[in-house]
Amino acid sequence: MFKARVMIKRRKTILDPQGKAVEIGAKHLGLNNIKNTRIDKLIEFDIDTNNRKAAEDEVNDYCKKLLANPIMEDYEFTLVEVS
Amino acid sequence: MTNELKSNTGNKSPKFGVVVFPGSNCDHDTFYVLKKILNFDVVFLWHKQTDLDECDIIILPGGFSYGDYLRTGSIARFSPIMNEVIAFANKGGHVLGICNGFQVLLEAGLLPGVMLKNKSLNFVCKDVYLKIENNETAFTKGIDGKKSLRLAIAHGEGNYFADENTLKEIEENNQIIFKYCSGDGVIADKDNPNGSVMNIAGIINKAGNVMGLMPHPERCSDSVLGKTDGSLIFRVLANNILN
Repeated sequence: MFKARVMIKRRKTILDPQGKAVEIGAKHLGLNNIKNTRIDKLIEFDIDTNNRKAAEDEVNDYCKKLLANPIMEDYEFTLVEVS
Repeated sequence: MTNELKSNTGNKSPKFGVVVFPGSNCDHDTFYVLKKILNFDVVFLWHKQTDLDECDIIILPGGFSYGDYLRTGSIARFSPIMNEVIAFANKGGHVLGICNGFQVLLEAGLLPGVMLKNKSLNFVCKDVYLKIENNETAFTKGIDGKKSLRLAIAHGEGNYFADENTLKEIEENNQIIFKYCSGDGVIADKDNPNGSVMNIAGIINKAGNVMGLMPHPERCSDSVLGKTDGSLIFRVLANNILN
């Protein structure tokens, strides 16, 4: 069994109004050095196989077809084997 | 003009199918307008169905399918009925996506581009005016003599985005159907409610049989609500399909 952590990030060229709004809060807090706040997605799940290659293939498939939209997002992931 | 269009279709009606996803909430409004206001033949299609009940026109209605989780429309795109809708569209069948239905069409790859959160971050619910950019499509041909259409929007993620090449392509192919404008039909930034690139409110596929728009024609079709421009889209669509 593997535990997957998938990070989905919007492309840098795509506006992140959520990040912008949150950064206004940072300014209000007096945190004036905060720049380029981006809000992305962290998705975790288990993969019920002991074969790392099979696990990687399934994560890639999940990301490409559903979790990320390749028009505006990139993804990266880590796999940790658990017993 | 609307009377004339109605008489053109006579008693004949194409069969409309309104898809119901978990979380659709404009399905009944759309059904009501088609059935009670326009007297068209219409059925609901449950998202787990694997056939389209011999419908001539498929509508993906507004709402919050699957709670809008992950990305709007991204999970509905994998509902069983979508395989049939995609096959139907690829064979030239007419498909109309309204609001969340438009988002589903984008996620399904039937239309190019994506929807981002509104630039303001607010859910925007108000009337807008639309300029028809291409009136040679099955969805717009016959809507003549109007500077703009008055329709309602209600969405949090209607900020249409596509890369430069895609925008160039859809512009060159006349795939941009509606743009947000003033009541006089002037397109300007101030009338853009959500930050959509080029004020885009609705687009069509290259083949001209799949259209998506963010505004809700079904909410502006019953005269008791004081607005009927939305009904024009359903009327001309039925008329153009029959002829």
